Amino acid sequence: MEDNTLTQEVKPPDTSKGPVRWLRDNLFSTWYNTILTCLGLVLLFFFFRVFFIWVFTQANWAVIPAYLRTLMIGPYPIEQVWRIGIVFCTLLTLLGLSAGIWRDRVLQIAIAIAGVGLFLLLIPLDVVKEGEDTSATLEFNLNIFYLIFFKRKWLLGGLVLLAVTFLIGRDKNTFKRWIIIGWVLSFPWTMIILHGFGKNAVSTTDWGGLLLTLILAAVGIVACFPLGVLLALGRRSQLPAIKWVSTVYIETIRGVPLITILFMGSILLPIFMPGDFQLDKVIRAMVALTLFSSSYMAENIRGGLQAVPSGQVEAAQAVGLTYPKTMHFIVLPQAIRAVIPAIVGQSIALFKDTSLVSVVGLLDLLGVGRTILGSSKWSGNYAEVWFFIAIIYFVFSFSMSIVSQKIEADLGVGKH
Amino acid sequence: MNENTTNDPIIICEDVHKWFDDFHVLKGITTTFKKGERAVICGPSGSGKSTFIRTINRLEEHQRGTIIVDGIELSNDLRNINLIRQEVGMVFQQFNLFPHLTNIKNITLGPIQVRKMSKKAAEEAALALLERMDIADQAYKYPAEISGGQQQRVAIARALAMEPKIMLFDEPTSALDPEMISEVLDVMRELAHSGMTMLVVTHEMGFAREVADRIMFFDEGVVIEEAAPADFFDNPRHERTKLFISQTLQH
Ligand SMILES: Nc1ncnc2c1ncn2[C@@H]1O[C@H](COP(=O)(O)OP(=O)(O)O)[C@@H](O)[C@H]1O
Ligand SMILES: [Mg+2]
Repeated sequence: MEDNTLTQEVKPPDTSKGPVRWLRDNLFSTWYNTILTCLGLVLLFFFFRVFFIWVFTQANWAVIPAYLRTLMIGPYPIEQVWRIGIVFCTLLTLLGLSAGIWRDRVLQIAIAIAGVGLFLLLIPLDVVKEGEDTSATLEFNLNIFYLIFFKRKWLLGGLVLLAVTFLIGRDKNTFKRWIIIGWVLSFPWTMIILHGFGKNAVSTTDWGGLLLTLILAAVGIVACFPLGVLLALGRRSQLPAIKWVSTVYIETIRGVPLITILFMGSILLPIFMPGDFQLDKVIRAMVALTLFSSSYMAENIRGGLQAVPSGQVEAAQAVGLTYPKTMHFIVLPQAIRAVIPAIVGQSIALFKDTSLVSVVGLLDLLGVGRTILGSSKWSGNYAEVWFFIAIIYFVFSFSMSIVSQKIEADLGVGKH
Repeated sequence: MNENTTNDPIIICEDVHKWFDDFHVLKGITTTFKKGERAVICGPSGSGKSTFIRTINRLEEHQRGTIIVDGIELSNDLRNINLIRQEVGMVFQQFNLFPHLTNIKNITLGPIQVRKMSKKAAEEAALALLERMDIADQAYKYPAEISGGQQQRVAIARALAMEPKIMLFDEPTSALDPEMISEVLDVMRELAHSGMTMLVVTHEMGFAREVADRIMFFDEGVVIEEAAPADFFDNPRHERTKLFISQTLQH
């Protein structure tokens, strides 16, 4: 009998609160908190009232479908859009294979993208040619089969490929290395396909809209990584020359606004180039963005390197690992893990900073926004256009942020 | 002398000096360790014990004198350093396991990357070592998921996986809870009986008395006394040694 009381489980005290209790504790605990809460509610009410009235009754959203294609791809010629379709399908193929092999988070990302894709596939908002009567096109589009199988064949094809390659890639662990090589090669592949050869080639001056923004951001984010690692290691090097060069580079670039680097790339660089050698405008912007963000990446990674205890290096040396192998297998994996939040934060910042290229005459998402407003017919609709563009930036930035939070949770920063 | 000790010298130190900036840490260490010998190094904290054994695999650089390990003189030649590090295993006070790798990967990394062993052979050898350390069931866990005593045994296995000729231990049980000390000492005892050349910095005097061929007493960067355990404990000559022995035996 007595044993019973000893082995009886003791539950932790119930500290959860009901919603009423929560409201009382957090919003109405004192008379001045109550007043502040009421004031806040009134302000929120008026803000959202004005906002919703504008969104649903005053705004003229017709500008968005009329220029949707321009916003997405800029002046890229419509007869060549199949090139973008091929790139899209390539990337979804790689994603499908990766999702099958790595599962977990990669699979979740693939599912999220498939969800967005299906949504876009089925809603009757479509790319409308500029100047066309939108109501007529909308009517036409109501034929959903025509819409999906002809006007959205690339989207449909990409989604099918995603599903099929996922099934193919399932548990093919020996493919891992090839998939990684594939992702690396997808960058030059994308550039080559989008540009093309011969008389059908699409000059990079015709690349624009969200397409250009995504390309610039992807190149900047990915290319600054190896450069940043080298600079971070260089700054910690024991060799004075390497240390000095790395430090001067990092501090110079960090001391200068991105826009000056873009201007230098677009104005000064051609002056120093030999003869009539013309470096492509988009490439120059890519180089500028990469150089700029690599110095920030270097400082992020250096922070991570400092967080790795010296005992780790000693243990690696004690088993005879050389310096490059010690860095590769022991130090960098731990250093990068420790600074993933900072790296993602920087990537989001760079994604938004690409909008500065519109200042040097590139037609990225923000740049095409300006040209649209430059046409007299829609010049009064700047609020609609900027709002739409802001939402696109937000959706991408927020997605990156969510992915980073999930990765952090997986790595259990501080766990292993 | 234990039954494994030979007369072949494997580590020869001649007048080894070391400074940290102006601070003279090692003030002329001259000694020879023979193949199969078990030496225990003790002495007060800060006397240079860690610094001394770390010069032997070049984690610290000495600035005067010579150190010859297995016939190779330690110099700035990177190739020699890497050759010696392959022959000298080291176990640290704080384990220094790689936290992002599973225990078995901690062990196989060196053999695969340095000894160029195949992954399969390295894993088989690692599992055999973990079996010998009595922790085969922990192979696929991460270091953070096992106890301190188990972590230190993984660290010993990691060093042994390189099939070294010499093992250095720097206070391997000092960071452990008392109930885990014996499981690590048992493993070291077994290793000693297998004929490994061992240099052990430790304050475990029971272990020293039982296993050591020689005890070296460090004070302020010099070896002030060295003797076989029986001599060392029963007839210490220096006052410092007497004091140290009476203090450590009280615990
Ligand atoms: N990296 C270092 N830089 C400067 N001084 C050091 C360094 N490592 C050790 N020392 C100093 O050298 C002395 C000997 O250290 P150590 O060999 O670790 O002693 P022990 O292991 O005997 O306790 C101590 O006074 C310590 O403060
Ligand atoms: Mg020490």
